[in-house]
Formats: sequence, structure tokens, C-alpha cells
Amino acid sequence: MTETGIGARVHRKEDKRFLTGTGRYVDDLPLARATYAYFLRSPHAHAKIKKIDTTAAKAMPGVVEIFTGKDTADAKMGGLICGWVVKDKNGEPHKAPAHPVMALDTVRYVGDTVAMVVANSVDEAKDAAEAIKVDYEVKPANVDLARALDKGTPEVHPEAPGNLIYDWEIGVKADVDAAFAKAAHVTKLDLVNNRLIPNAMEPRAAAAEYDKGTGNYTLWSTSQNPHVLRLILSAFVLGIPEHKLRVVAPDVGGGFGSKIFCYNEETMVCWAASRVGRPIKWTAERAESFMTDAHGRDHVTHAELAMDKDGKFLALKVETIANMGAYLSTFSTAVPTYLYATLLAGQYTTPLIYANVKAAVTHTAPVDAYRGAGRPEATFVIETIVSKAAAELKMDTAELRRKNFIPKEAFPYQTPVALQYDSGNYPPIIDEAMKIADYKGFEARRAEAKKRGKLRGIGFSSYIEACGLAPSQVIGQLGGGVGQWESAQIKFNPTGNVQVITGSHSHGQGHETTFAQLVSDKLGVPIENIEVVHGDTSTTTFGMGTYGSRSLAVGGSAIMKATDKIIAKGKKVAAHLMEADVADVEFDNGTFKVAGTDKNVPLAQVVFAAYVPHNYPLAEVEPGMDENAFYDPANFVYPAGTQICEVEIDPDTGVVEVVAHTAVDDFGNIINPMIVEGQVHGGIVQGVGQALHEAAVYDKDTGQLLSGSYMDYRMPRAEDVPSFKLGYKVTPCPHNPLGVKGCGEAGAIAAPAAVMNAVHDALAPLGVKHVEMPATPLNVWQSIQGAQRAAAE
Amino acid sequence: MTLSVAMTVNGKAVSGKVEARTLLVQFLRENLGMTGTHVGCDTSQCGACVVDVDGKSIKSCTMLAVQAEGTKVTTIEGLAPSADKLHPMQEAFRENHALQCGFCTPGMVMSAIDMVKRHNYKLDEATVRHELEGNLCRCTGYHNIVKAILAAAPAMKAAGV
Repeated sequence: MTETGIGARVHRKEDKRFLTGTGRYVDDLPLARATYAYFLRSPHAHAKIKKIDTTAAKAMPGVVEIFTGKDTADAKMGGLICGWVVKDKNGEPHKAPAHPVMALDTVRYVGDTVAMVVANSVDEAKDAAEAIKVDYEVKPANVDLARALDKGTPEVHPEAPGNLIYDWEIGVKADVDAAFAKAAHVTKLDLVNNRLIPNAMEPRAAAAEYDKGTGNYTLWSTSQNPHVLRLILSAFVLGIPEHKLRVVAPDVGGGFGSKIFCYNEETMVCWAASRVGRPIKWTAERAESFMTDAHGRDHVTHAELAMDKDGKFLALKVETIANMGAYLSTFSTAVPTYLYATLLAGQYTTPLIYANVKAAVTHTAPVDAYRGAGRPEATFVIETIVSKAAAELKMDTAELRRKNFIPKEAFPYQTPVALQYDSGNYPPIIDEAMKIADYKGFEARRAEAKKRGKLRGIGFSSYIEACGLAPSQVIGQLGGGVGQWESAQIKFNPTGNVQVITGSHSHGQGHETTFAQLVSDKLGVPIENIEVVHGDTSTTTFGMGTYGSRSLAVGGSAIMKATDKIIAKGKKVAAHLMEADVADVEFDNGTFKVAGTDKNVPLAQVVFAAYVPHNYPLAEVEPGMDENAFYDPANFVYPAGTQICEVEIDPDTGVVEVVAHTAVDDFGNIINPMIVEGQVHGGIVQGVGQALHEAAVYDKDTGQLLSGSYMDYRMPRAEDVPSFKLGYKVTPCPHNPLGVKGCGEAGAIAAPAAVMNAVHDALAPLGVKHVEMPATPLNVWQSIQGAQRAAAE
Repeated sequence: MTLSVAMTVNGKAVSGKVEARTLLVQFLRENLGMTGTHVGCDTSQCGACVVDVDGKSIKSCTMLAVQAEGTKVTTIEGLAPSADKLHPMQEAFRENHALQCGFCTPGMVMSAIDMVKRHNYKLDEATVRHELEGNLCRCTGYHNIVKAILAAAPAMKAAGV
């Protein structure tokens, strides 16, 4: 291992600009003669728009233009799309209600876009928005997910009768029912997977410019996948040809899924730039982020686990209602199906699984992928029911897991829910986690806490994740509308430094460092001579972007493929320079050598010869040293791990404190452990946030968002968590050239169940059976009171 | 109503025309083009906009530009002593991987420096976590931020900053 190569803790190349205030986010862009957009939003969850009067607003100081749904309809603008077709259990494609970019005659959630004001300043745009008169006819709203599919609940769209988008299933129900009939023990669980608001610290933003001379548009957007955004805008919404639209996602301040999707505002900013004739900038206020960023999770689930007398899992049955919100966001339909139900085997040999998922529309913000996307929900179901089963069977919770783990010899392992796990070895992971967490010493810690009046509990969560979405053909068969490869280009300059151009996008993950490490390691180029370029459709061939922990497994593999091509071409040039046979040329650490001799030529010299081909095999080899590669994976990658959480609860106040948290993961080979640890830390805290603090709450009658600011939506703070203890076990991925899996979502996938199992363990002596997330002080205190009342009766 | 405002930012005298309602952060970002200071919320909770005003740590989204008349302001852009040397707090953030997307980072660094000084360069983990109450980070889980601040405290003392 070199100091900057694969496996090294290389400090990040991107840090200097972020630490000195010289990062460049969308809102930071200086655009000459810019105008500023502000969106007037619906204050109602459900209403008919009878009339919009912009007369007074248009006369306000600084106002340049005001657009409403009528303008978009007159321009024949397409609607926003959902890019994944999920087939109902009857084989019918899901219901696809229209998703207008600006509300036409109906608003369907608080925050729906009603008018766009463009003015010389943000303040003037806001002032004018206040002067727009909208005559609404308020209608009853459908807000409560548990009742969304009930008869008589107000309908969100005429295209989706009864609010049902699809009724989907996986597995054979009759086989599962038969297994349940023979079970020695059945554990049952009802749970709500709480709705979350992603809250990347940089609010969504867009800026656009239209060049009248060339007819070219440039859209700067806080996007995790600029090419996909361009494709959607070009092919479905705006009709601007792809080659006339450049989309740039510069520095982006976190995404967590919420910046994957194509949104109304960036669409309008881009479209309006040519009509206004000046650049337009828009940045969401945090209140708008709360109202309109795609939310995450939001399931109501009933699950049952059948076991034999020894605790061996026989079958699992899961019924879920998943909230889609008011409109189907870009990948919303796939999240509670192919990213959720297919994960319900977890780390276990459960031979039979049946899941039924009903997706419902409601008068709330759209719901789509948020860190983990479906997989945290699956892990929460499995790991909660397994811990509950252990408690019911009076078995050690780790022992029950171990008894049911897929054994190492069984890989590749075909689950009953479509996925084939490629590799893994779960028992050593849980052993290591228990060692780090000092599981043996737990009862002593519990006793000590009790003396202080605290209830201490311990919780496990053994997760599996399928990430690095792949292969394209399988995604296509499942209804996905895009390919799932990634591209890479390695472009040497004549002086020997190199640009690595990737279709992945970094919004905090540190690709500029990790990807540079790959190239430095493989080609022997000093890391300071490598620049990773990303996020601009005009510089990258094409890219699928970054989500689902895919960047290294898919994007990194594409880079490796491109380095192979560089080496192959370099060998031909080197053979010519050394007057040797190509078959005898070897490449090692930046130097081409003739095997068995001391003849050698450094890569930099080969590169120079390729650009100044005076002594060069021009008849056989093209000049230049610039190679492109596309990599389409053979399978998903399957990171797995175990987290163990310890909490202390004050029974008088209901306050839950996370006092220790351990995570042991198998991410395959690790390129930069420092960056990987950072990903795990951040993921855990998002999971702790879901378990203990965060909840998107709508008023059930009016559909008003009650958790619409940082005063009401409880973000995890530094004091809410301890420092974490991490460990690794490695089973390399067998089907990608780096042997890597993904690490971006693991923390958030496993943590909620670990925390809640610890909460349940702590409260069990008081007779508390179930606490819903988030386990806020009020929620916990009420659960304790309820259990005490029940005991007294 | 347009008003004139003048102050010293990172050692340089600056002035400009603002509206009465213009916030200090807007003045820095829009009038001066100093976009290192960020806006992450509208309720003064996220802390991405923290700057130093006359030796006090201030959320610049909570102060009007005209209130900063005549003050000395230090922003994230004014910390590094030279182009190739970072402030010990910036260095500690880099060493400890205390930033990912970088958006909360300017406010975090500014708050952390103020925290170290207020505690006379002596901090423990519990104090750091408590003191970070006004700064939100969604990426790092705070683990490495806490580590960085604990490492920076003695480094700042040694460097006399």
C-alpha cells in the first residue's frame, strides 16, 4: 500500500476550498444581470384554484415576470415523471396521475407551486408574491396514511381511484400460509416507519441562463445526478434537446436522496430563463425545503414471523401501506417495492417470504428515496420482529440471529425474494460487534445504571443492504426506466497530469480523493497530479450520478476499466519506444518494463510520446492518451453488518440517551478508511434521528405541516450522540474489479432498529411492549404510564 | 429605503448600500461577494452563517447589516494566515475528516474557534458536544467534528491564536 493508494487514510483533496470559504455552491454563483425567483405556494392541502389575479403583483417594484400554471399549459409543458413502472399484482402498470410543474386547477399539498415571481431581488419577488390574489375553494384533505385507502377518504387524483397507486406482491402467499399453519411460535408486530424530512444542510437551489445567440441553456442545480436531470427535462418535460441543455451540479451541500429527483422549481427556472432573457436564480428557504423536498419512509406495516420450536425461522409475512405523497416523485414507486420487499430476507435463511405493498397517494409532500430508501424500512421490520421473537422465546437476541444466519458456505445465496447475495460471512461480524460493545459486561452496566435510577437497554440490528443498483437489464425487467452503469474517462495531458472524469457526483462523499487514490494506485501517478472532474454534462460523457451507495462499486469500477485501457494502449507505445514485443511489456507502479530486462520507460514519457508522436507507432496506434469506459455491474453489491446500541432511559422524564453505539460492517475492500468511517458516523446519526427525534408531522385534518422548521423538526445535535465504536470484516465483492461494496447508507439502515431494540429492552421490565418511532420523551413517558395503568388494572 | 453601511471585514474597510432589512449575511454574500458564509435555515438554528463580530460569535442571519456599522467582522475567508497555511482549527478539521459536504463547515469552524477561546483552550468531549447546540451538521454525525475541536484547542494555544 502506498501513502496515497488503495487502503490509505488520505486527507481529502476537496477540504481546502470548503475550509477556506471558497467552495462554490449554486447560490454562490455570480451571474451578471441575474433576476431572482420566488414561488408562491399553496397554503392548503387540497383546494380548487378558482382564480389567480397577478395584476397588482405585476405592478410591484422590481417585478420582471410572473408565471402561473396557465403559462405552462399554454407552453404545452410536459408534467414531471416517475421513472420506474411497478406492476400491480394483476400485471397492470401502476396508476400514474399527472404531475404538473405548476398547479393548474387544483393544489394537492401545502407547498404545491402556484405562481413563480421573477424580480430584480429576492425581497422584491417575495413582496410581489404577497400581492398575488388566489381564490381557493378548500376541500377535505386525505392526510392520515392508515386511512388513505379507506372508502370515503377524499381522493387526491381522478386517475387513482381510492387513492391506490398499486397493490403489489412478492412471494407465494399460499406457501407462506401453509408454513405458518405448522409453526410452533408466531411473533406479530405492528409498526409505523415514521416519515422523515431529509434536510441536507444546503437547501435546494437552481440557476439558469439562456444564450440567445446559440439557443443553449445552462442550468445549475443542486443535483445528485445532473445527466439524469437533463434527460428528464429534455425528453419529458421541457423538450429542450439534450445537446442544447447543459446541467451543472457544482459543489452540492449534501443530498441523502433528496437531490436525486427532478423538481418543479429547477424546471421552471430553466424554462423561464429564455422567456425572461436574463439569468434567474432561486434558492429554497428552509421552510420550503421542509414543505417540498421529497420526504422519506412513511410506512404502516403489519408483520408476522413463523418459527419452529427451536427458533428457526420458517416464514415471514409482511403487509405494508406506503405513502407516495401527493404526486409520484422520480423514483418513488421503486422504493417500497424493489428496494424494500426484496430485502426482507435480511441476513437470514427464512425460506418463505410473502410481502404485499399497497402504495397510496395523500395530500402531503411527495415521498421518495431518502438515505437507504426502502432498505432501512426492511431492516427495521426484520430486526424489530427478530428481537421481539427472541424476547418472547426468552432466547438471547444474538443467539437467535446466529441460529438463523445464512452460513458462509451458502454463498452465492438465492433469497426467496428475488435477490442473490453474492458474498458475506455474518457470524464473525456479530462476534466482533459483541466484543467491541462488551456484550458480556452489559448486565453489570444495567445494574449500575439502575442504582442511578436509569433504565439501561441493549439492542442489536444485523442489516443487509443491496446497493450499487444493477445490472441494467435486470433493472429494465423490473420496470426501471434508466440504465445503471457508470462512465469514466481518464484523460492524460501531454505533461503527464491527469483528469479523471466521472459520471458519479460527490455531494460530500469525497470522490475527488477516493477516485484519485484509485488512479494513483493503479497508474502510479502522484495524487497531486490527479484531478477528479464531475457534475457537468458538458465535461462528462454521461453519468448516472450518485445515490444508493453506487459511486465506488459502479463508478469506481468504471475508472478501473478506463485505467486498464490506458495501460493496454501504453504498452503498445512503450513497446515501440523500447523496441520490444508488446507481449513482453509489463506495467508496474507507473513504469513500463520489458520482462526479464532492465529496459523501462515511465508512463509520463509514454504519455508525452502519445501527444507529440514524433517517434510513435502511428500505423497501429492512435495518438493521444485518453480512454473512456462504461461499466455495467453483474449484480448488486451486498454490504452487511451488525450494530449494537445501548441506551439509558430516565423513567421520570422519558428521555432516552444513547450511551454507546457500535457498528461492525463488511463493505468489502476499503479504499479510504477515514472516509468510510465518516460515512458510517453520519449514517448512524440519521438513524438515531429517526429512532429518537425526527418526525414529519401533518395535521390530520388540515394537512398543515406542523414540523416545518428547525424549531419543530428535531434534528439530531452533537449532544444527542456519543462517539462511536467501529469495526470491519472483509469479504471482497466477487464481481467488481475493486472487490468493494457500498458504505453510504449502512449507518442509517441499521441504526433505527438497534436503537429501538435497546429502548424496548430497557423498558421491558416496566411491561412496555412497543414504542413507536420517534421515541421522544413524551412518547416514552406515555408508554410507561400506559404500561403501569395496564398493570394496575 | 436605502442606507449606507461601512465596516471592516477580514481586515479590509468595506462599505455599501443596503436596505434597512438587509441582513449581515446578505451584505457579506451579495454586496461583498463573500460567499463562504452560508445560509442553511430561516430560524437562526443551523449555524452555517456564524461569523465573528468584534470578538463575539454571531449568527449573521440574525443581525442586520446596519447593526454591524463600524464593527470588525471576521469570516471563514479571513482565518487562514496565508494562502498555503490554514488556521489550526481549519487544519484540525482537515486532519480529522470533520467535514463532508462542506456546507455547515464555515459556521462550525467559526463557532469552534469561539468555543475554544471562551473555554480558555481547555475543553472536554461533553463540553464540546454541549457547545455545538447551535450548529447543525447532517453529514458527519458530529463524531469527527468533536475530535477536531478537541485536537485544535491545544494547537490554537500553541500557535497563540
